[in-house]
Order: sequence, then structure tokens, then C-alpha cells
Amino acid sequence: MESDNILTARNIIKQYEDHLALNDVSISIPKGCIYGLLGPNGAGKSTLMKIINQITAPDSGEIFLGGEKLQKKHISKIGYLPEERGLYKKMKVGEQSLYLAQLKGMSKYEANKKLKYWFEKLNIHEWWNKKVEELSKGMAQKVQFAVTVIHKPDLLIFDEPFSGFDPVNTSLIRNEILELKKSGTSIIFSTHRMESVEEVCDEITLINNGKSILQGNINYIKNKYRNNSFEIECTNENLKLERFDILDKNKNRYLVKIPEKSSSKELIKQILKSSEIVSFKEKIPSMEDIFINTVQNG
Amino acid sequence: MDKIWLIIKREYSVRVRKKSFIIMTLVTPLLFGMLIFAPGYLDSISSDLDQEVKNIAIVEENIFFSNKLMNSEIINFTQVPKSETELIKNNFSESSYYAIIEIENDEQINIISKKQINKSTLDQIENQIYKIKEYQNFNEANIDVKLLNSLSPNLSFNYITIDEKGGETNSNYAVKSVLSFVFGFLIYIFIFMYGSMVMRGVIEEKSNRIVEVIISSVKPFQLLIGKIIGVAMVGFTQFILWILLSIVVANIAEMAFIENNQIGLLDNISMMVKSINISLLFLSFIFYFMGGYLLYSSFFACIGAAVDNESDVQQMILPITIPLILSLSMMESILNNPDGVLAFWMSIFPLSSPIVMMARLPFGGVEGWEIILSITILIISFLFTTWISSRIYRIGILMYGKKATFKELIKWINYKS
Repeated sequence: MESDNILTARNIIKQYEDHLALNDVSISIPKGCIYGLLGPNGAGKSTLMKIINQITAPDSGEIFLGGEKLQKKHISKIGYLPEERGLYKKMKVGEQSLYLAQLKGMSKYEANKKLKYWFEKLNIHEWWNKKVEELSKGMAQKVQFAVTVIHKPDLLIFDEPFSGFDPVNTSLIRNEILELKKSGTSIIFSTHRMESVEEVCDEITLINNGKSILQGNINYIKNKYRNNSFEIECTNENLKLERFDILDKNKNRYLVKIPEKSSSKELIKQILKSSEIVSFKEKIPSMEDIFINTVQNG
Repeated sequence: MDKIWLIIKREYSVRVRKKSFIIMTLVTPLLFGMLIFAPGYLDSISSDLDQEVKNIAIVEENIFFSNKLMNSEIINFTQVPKSETELIKNNFSESSYYAIIEIENDEQINIISKKQINKSTLDQIENQIYKIKEYQNFNEANIDVKLLNSLSPNLSFNYITIDEKGGETNSNYAVKSVLSFVFGFLIYIFIFMYGSMVMRGVIEEKSNRIVEVIISSVKPFQLLIGKIIGVAMVGFTQFILWILLSIVVANIAEMAFIENNQIGLLDNISMMVKSINISLLFLSFIFYFMGGYLLYSSFFACIGAAVDNESDVQQMILPITIPLILSLSMMESILNNPDGVLAFWMSIFPLSSPIVMMARLPFGGVEGWEIILSITILIISFLFTTWISSRIYRIGILMYGKKATFKELIKWINYKS
């Protein structure tokens, strides 16, 4: 069972001096999926990522990587792009990337070869001999991305990978992340941008106040949060409905909730009495709605 | 171990390629050379300039002093009536006089000039007037001056210390204390220089936020040790280059000054060097420099880890500078009694031993067991402080947003990692 998961964390508790950062959090990350770690600022996501990276240790709980208990030797199997990431400003890009790659256990020759490949791919090869202080923020982010993935780790952890990127580079990086997934890498992905969660994540855990409050497959969660409401656009701006609640209205657009004992068929029948229908579609909650709802109610 | 080596390599290569390192390494021996030779050189130039004869006006009611003052190669006394003095005072630059001596009475003598009178001229004037007056006083008291002069003893003191083998060496207290002070001071400067280099490195990594990336690949302890050793090697390189360059500079200077007869100083240096066990001193210097640096640099690293930026450093650095400054300010008492109780204990106590032991060693009175005790304690202490510091460091580098207090630092030591 455990070997189907790249990472399993059980009952993780981490107490900082004045607050409980993680309160009995458990997650299981299947191999080859992109796993979203969501939650408001200060919820405990970064702490969890630091624990997985062995930067800090949990007070209690267990972590397994590929079925083995997490140990120092696993460092080379994990690639971590922290949210607060930086580089040595005075060092040259190439030299610095080589250094960081070698720290992950690559040989100099191998690191050089792989870096050249990634630098070409991310279109940053001409910066090899530039100093980091000459780069823009976005350029530096690309270098950091390359250094994170260079050693082909089994598990990649990205904390807000898109922050600081323009739309063109965001899509470039997103495609690289999806390609890494295709090649079998498992990815933990933390972000506040809910639209990118829907685009790339397969499963998520939503953390709030150090507790995991929502967990599972993203389509399953979205299904679960459907509340049987429909978006309708019709020709009548003064639509009157019996037994149906109009939740929201904007000119000739309506959001209508269908009660349990009724059906969409009946709703359509009623509308057709006074109007033509331009469009009719079920409202599927976005991850953003789910996020806000869950966090506020939790 | 591989990773520590990678870190050492980076810390070293980044620093020795810096412009500031290259400039410091080249310029410092030149500056030292100048400090040693410039006073002598300038003196020889200025004494050349002083060769021109200076006219000094003397104003005196009764011509008691005026008759007795002797002209010399550089001074020409001229008696001037009191009426002319105002004229000269008002127009010094156009008058031919360098200074006016106004003798008001036996006890009050004014020396007036527009510019500061140079020291050698002043010495001559004061000396002559003093002698004249002294001679008069002796005469009035019926003391035979010639007899008195013949009675003043003509002694020369020779300082000899006996080393352990019973051999005698010429011992010059003044020269040894200069050497002592220089050694102590150099250790002080080096600890500060390279210690704060470590501290700035830590702050750079922390404020750059690269530290989290690195800590996900290596242990904080490896990063700390790599940095400390890397910087130590930078210091070592710089030190060796300084010595080599200083030898070059000294040789050039010796050639340049040989005609000016300024080699007295160099002779002195080489003579005193021979009278002291130079290889012991040199080895001790390297050891105490390294030991002191290792002890203090881990403190410096802690401070770097505890603050968010360099402007917060001042307040935290004070406690670790106190023992250093104290050792330096005690230097005078230690030089006065290099084998006394204070000197002994301060050369055993690890926070002051690098400076104080180096100050004691040139005097040659330190017993072998004292050195061994001091070295042992220093080694144990730096192992201990490095351990403590690494525990503070591993927490500090990941703490952002606030400056830690000392109380918090102590708490961090006990945190589980």
C-alpha cells in the first residue's frame, strides 16, 4: 500500500513556541501525481514542506518516502523550491548552479551537462556567465527552477512556483511541471492561485490553522461541493419562479437553486412559460469558492 | 565530507577573487613598510630642509643671556632693541626673523613665532638657555661646575637574559615590548577581520534567502563548518602573502635606504629577531591566530544567524568584543609584568589567551607547560563553542522578521533538531 505512494506523512505535529503550526496532519501522495497543498497564509503549509525536506523536524509523527522512513540520504531524491528563494548575488549564474547541483550529490561533469540542457530549455543559456545581481527577478526564478529539478528527483516540492513570473513564463514553467509529471516525477505544489490548482493538480489537501480540513481528488471534491444550483440566461429580465429560489440575479442572468424534491426539468418548464432560454448550465464550484467557503466555515 | 569540501571551496574561491581581497593583500605590506620607514625618511628630508640658518631675535633689558647664547649651524641669534619687536611681530613674514625670544626676567621667557618652531631648533634654544641659567645658579651657590661635571657617572646598562640551556642572549626590553604589542594587536585585528567576514557571509545567505535552498541539501552544521574553514583558509592565504610581500618590501626598502644610513632600524629588527626564538613565535602566532579565530568566528556566525540584516549587528556584537578589547587594554599591565599573575591567567583563559599569550611569548619567560595548558584549553573551548554555535545557527538562519534576543539564543541551544 505504502509503496504506491511516493510520500506518506502520518499524524504530524509541530509546535512552535506560541502556536501549533501543524496539528495532527496526515497526507498520502500517490506516485506520479501533482498534489496541491492549499491553505491561507500561515496555515502551516511551509512548515509541512520544511519537515518533508528535513529542514526542521516534527515533534511527533512519521514520514515515509517511497515506503522507507524519511532519512538524510533521501535529500538527493527530493527537489525543493522554497517560496523565499534566493541566490548568491555576486556569483556567476553558471558557477553557482554547478555548486548547488553538486551539493545535491551530482558530479561536476554530470551537473554541467544537465544544466546546459535545462538552460537551453528554459532559454537562459546566454546568462551562464552573468552575475546573479544582473538578472531580473523572473530570470533568477528560472535559474532556481532549473537548479531545483536538475538532479531528477523522485519528488519535487514547489512553494509558490509562479510568483514573480509574467504570463509567458508562467505558462512555460507550468508546461515544464506537467512534462515532469509525465516523465513520472511526483510533485507537491503549493500556491494561492486557485486557477492554477485546477489546471495542474490531481489531488489536494487544504490546511487551515495547522489542521487538514479537506482532502482528496480534485474532481471528487468539486462534485461534493455542487449544491444543485444552475446558471440561466434568458430573454426575460423579470423572471418569476415558484418553488425555486433565485440566489443571484444580474439583468437577464439568474442563479437558481433547485430544491431536493424538484429537478432541472421542472425548472426549465417553468422558465419557458415566460421566456426563452439562451443558456442553461449547472454551476460547478471553483476551487476558489471551495477554498473560501471551507476556510470561512472551518 | 564531500559537501563540506564543496562549501569550503566556494567560500574560499569567492573571497580570494574579490577585488577587495586582492587590494588589501597587496596594499597592506606597503602600508606597513611605509609606517616603519616613513618617519625616518621624512625626518631625513626635513633635517635637510632645516639646514638653512634661522635668524632669531633676542630682546633683553640687561644683556645677560644674549652674550652667552652661541650661534650654531642652523641658528643665528641677533640682539634687537625692544622698540623693534612690535614691528617684527606685526610683520613676521617680511622680516628676516624666524622667531623672537623675549626675556622678561630670570623666570619668564617668551618665545614668539608666526609658524610652529620645529623641534630641533626649539630644543637647541631651550637647552642653551637652561644651561646658561643652571651654570649661573651653581656659581651663585659656590659649586664648582667643572668638578660637578666630572663627577657625573658614565654608565652603560647591558640587559641579558639566560635561556633554558643556560646560554646568554642580549635582551632589550623596549624591542620586546614593541614585538609583544604588535603580535597582540595583529591577533586582535585578524580575529575581528575574519570573524566578521564569517558573520557577513551568514547574513548574506540569510538575507538572500539562499540558505533554505542550501539547507535542503546539506546540514546546517556542514554549512557552518565549511564557511568557517573556508574563511580561515582565506586568512591563512592572506597572511602568507603578507609575509612574502613584506620580505620583498623590506628588501627593497633596505636597498633604498642604505645610502641614507637608515638601516639602523633594520639592523635593530634583525638583531632582536635573533635574540628571540623566532620559529617558536611564528608557529605560536599561526596557532593562536587560528585558535582565536575558530573560537570567535563561531560566535560571529551566531550573531549573523540571529539578526536579519547588518544594521542590527552592533548591539549583539558587543558582548563578544568585550574580552577582545579587554585583552588589548590590559596590554600595558601585561607588558610591565609579562610573567605576573594577571598575565598568566589571561593567557590561560581561552577568550583572552590568543592575544595575551602572544604578547607574553616574546619575553621568553613562558614555561612549556603554560603553553600546552593554554593551547589545550583553547582547543577544547573552540570545539565547545562551535557545538553551541551550530545549535543556535541552525535555528537562527531560518528565523525571519525579528532580531532574536540573547534569551532566545540560549533557548535555541536546547531545541530538538
